[in-house]
Amino acid sequence: MINLLDALLVIVLAMNLFALGTSRILSVIRIVGTQGALIGIIPLLMHEHLTIPSILASLAAIVLKGIVIPNIMIKALRDAQIKREIEPLIGFLPSILLGAAATAFSLLMSNHLAVTAQAASSLIISTSIASVLIGFIILTTRVKALSQVLGYLVLENGIYIFSLLLVEAIPLVVEMGMLLDLFVTVFVISIITNHINQAFSSMDTRRLSSLKE
Amino acid sequence: MAYPLILLPLLVAALALVVPSNRFRPWLVPPVAALHLALTVYVLANPSLATVSESLILDPMGRIVLLTVSVLFFLCSFYAAGYLKIRSERSNRIFVACLLAFLGLISLVAWSHHLGLMWVAIEGTTLVTAPLIYFNRTKLSIEATWKYLLVGSVGIALALLGTFFLAYSSMQDGMTASLSLIDLTGRATLLSKPWLRASFILLLVGYGTKMGLAPMHTWKPDAYGEAPGVVGAMLAGGVTSGAFLALTRIYQICTASGEGAFASRLLTFMGLFSIAVAGLFMIGQRDFKRMLAYSSVEHMGILTLGLGIGGPALFATVLHVVTNSMTKGTLFLSAGNIHRAYSSKLTDQVSGAIRRVPLSGSLFLAGFLAITGSPPFGPFISEFGILNGAFSAGRYLSAGLFLLFLLLVFIGMGRTVLKVTQGEIPPDIAAQPWKESFLTVAPVIAFMALVLLLGLYIPPPLRELIGDAAAWLENRV
Repeated sequence: MINLLDALLVIVLAMNLFALGTSRILSVIRIVGTQGALIGIIPLLMHEHLTIPSILASLAAIVLKGIVIPNIMIKALRDAQIKREIEPLIGFLPSILLGAAATAFSLLMSNHLAVTAQAASSLIISTSIASVLIGFIILTTRVKALSQVLGYLVLENGIYIFSLLLVEAIPLVVEMGMLLDLFVTVFVISIITNHINQAFSSMDTRRLSSLKE
Repeated sequence: MAYPLILLPLLVAALALVVPSNRFRPWLVPPVAALHLALTVYVLANPSLATVSESLILDPMGRIVLLTVSVLFFLCSFYAAGYLKIRSERSNRIFVACLLAFLGLISLVAWSHHLGLMWVAIEGTTLVTAPLIYFNRTKLSIEATWKYLLVGSVGIALALLGTFFLAYSSMQDGMTASLSLIDLTGRATLLSKPWLRASFILLLVGYGTKMGLAPMHTWKPDAYGEAPGVVGAMLAGGVTSGAFLALTRIYQICTASGEGAFASRLLTFMGLFSIAVAGLFMIGQRDFKRMLAYSSVEHMGILTLGLGIGGPALFATVLHVVTNSMTKGTLFLSAGNIHRAYSSKLTDQVSGAIRRVPLSGSLFLAGFLAITGSPPFGPFISEFGILNGAFSAGRYLSAGLFLLFLLLVFIGMGRTVLKVTQGEIPPDIAAQPWKESFLTVAPVIAFMALVLLLGLYIPPPLRELIGDAAAWLENRV
C-alpha cells in the first residue's frame, strides 16, 4: 500500500512539472484535472477501515476535480478561443527549473521538520508543500486569466494533500464545504474570465491595469 | 439559536432568486435584517442559547462581531432598498440574493467554533461578495472583481493551509488532530511549536489578506473603489470584522500555548506597517472612494496593533471593531451619495458637496472627523484606549509610531475630504439640481448617531459585552 501511495505522490510531483512546462492550456487543464482525481484516490488507499463518509468525500473530490472543474474550464477556454499561454513572465524552461528547485527544497526541508505524527508516507508533507509552491509559481508567472486559475488549482491540490494527514480533524460537513467553495470559486472565476474576454477582447491579465495609484 | 440566524438569510436569498419582480425584490432585505437583529439581541440577552454544539458556540468575541454586523446590515438594508430603487434599470436578482447570503455566512463565521467550518464560512463570504462588486458591469468593475477574487482566493487558500498546519501541530504523542477551538486552547501547551508558528504566519497572511493588511491590501482600493457604496460599507465593516475574528482565534491559541510574545511581535509589526502604508497612499489621493479603502487598511492595522499590544489595549480593540464598522457605514454610504450626485469620485470634478448634497456632504465630513479619531466620536475613545494601552504596556516605540502615523493619515485624508466637501460646485454640475432621497440619507444619519453615542456614552450592556470579549481574548474566561 505504502509503495503504491508513494508512486502516486511521485506522479503528482511529476504532473506539477508538466503543468509548469506546457504551453497548450488545454493540456494543462487535463493534467491538473487528472492530478486532482489522483489525489482524490489517495484516501481510499491510506486507510484500512473505510467508512461510508470517507468514501463519499473521496468520490465527490474525484468527480469535482477530475470531471466537473476541467469541463467548466474547457468550456471557458473554447468561449475565449485561445489555445496557448504565450510569453509568460518567466519562460517555460526556467519555470520548470524553478519548479524542480521548489520540489527539491520541499523534499529536503521535510527531513528537517519536526514531524509530529507517524504519517502513512513521509512523502505527503513534501509533495503538499512542493505543489503549493509550484501553484504559486504558475499563478504569478502566467498572464492569461485561465492559466492563473490553473495555478490556483495546483495550489489547492497541494493543500488537499496535506489534509490527508488530518482525517480525524475534518468532519464531512467541512470537507464538503471546502469542495463546494472550490467549485463555486472556479465557477465564478470562469464567468468573470469570460467577461474579461468580452470586455477587453483578450484574456491577458496585463490589460487589467487601469486601477492603480 | 444558531440555525435561524444562519439559515433564515440563506433561505430568503434562495427565495430572492425566484421572485420575479425587480421592484419588490429589494424589499425582502430589510425585514430579514430586522428579524436577524431582533434574534441577535435575543440571543445576547439569553446566554443559555449561545451553545448549540461543539462547533457552533457564540463566544463573547463572536457576540461582538455578530451584533456589529447585524446592526450594520440592518441599516445598510434600507440604504440598499433605496439604492436599488434608483438603479431600477438593472436586474438586482443576483445582488439581493448575494446580500442576504452574505448575512447568513457572516453569522456562521461568528458562531463557528471549529476552525475548518470558520474557514468555509469566510471563503463563502468572499464568493458571495464578488458579484456585489461586479454590480455595475463596467470594465473597471470587472478588473476589480478579478483582483478581489484571485487575491482573496489565494489568501484564503493560505489560511486553509495554516488551519491544516494548526491541526497537524495538535497531533502530538498519539493524540488525534483537532480543529475545535475548545480542544486547541485546552491543550495549547502540548501543541508542536514549529508547526504552530508556521500556522500562525500562514493564518496571519491568509486572513490578513481578507482583512486587507498591508502588503496584502492591493485588491482593496480597487474593490472598494468600484463597488457600490453600500457594498463598500458591508465589506469594510462586515467582512473585515469576520476576518479579524478569525485572527483573534489563532491569537488566543498562541497566547495559551506560551507563544504570545512571538504572535504579538508579528501582529504589532503588521499593524503599524498597515497604518503607515495607508497613510502614505492617502496623501494626494484623488479618488475619494479609494481613499476610504486605505482608511479601512489603516483601521485593520489599528485592530491588529491593538491585538499585538494585548492586555491593557484589548478592551479598546474590541470597542474599535464596533466603532470602526459604524463609522465605515457612515463614510461609505455618504460617499456613495456624493458619487451619484456628481457622477464622479475624483476630487478634480467633485467639490462643494456640502452645498450640493447638504446632508450627505456634512455626514461625510463628520464621518472623516470621527474615523481619524477626533472627539467626541466613538473611534476617538477606542483609538485613545489603544494608545493608552500601548503606553501602559510599556510599548513606547509602538505608541509613538502609532501617533505619528495617525497624524499622517489625518493630513492625507483631510486634504481629500476637504476638497470634496468645501469649495464651489463645478458650474456644469450646478446646472442640474439634485435632491437627496430619504432612504439613502436616513441610514447614514442613524450610523452617525451611533458613532456619536459610542463616543459619549457606551450603554452598560454593551460595555459588559466588550469587557467579556476582552477577557475572553486573554483566555481569562
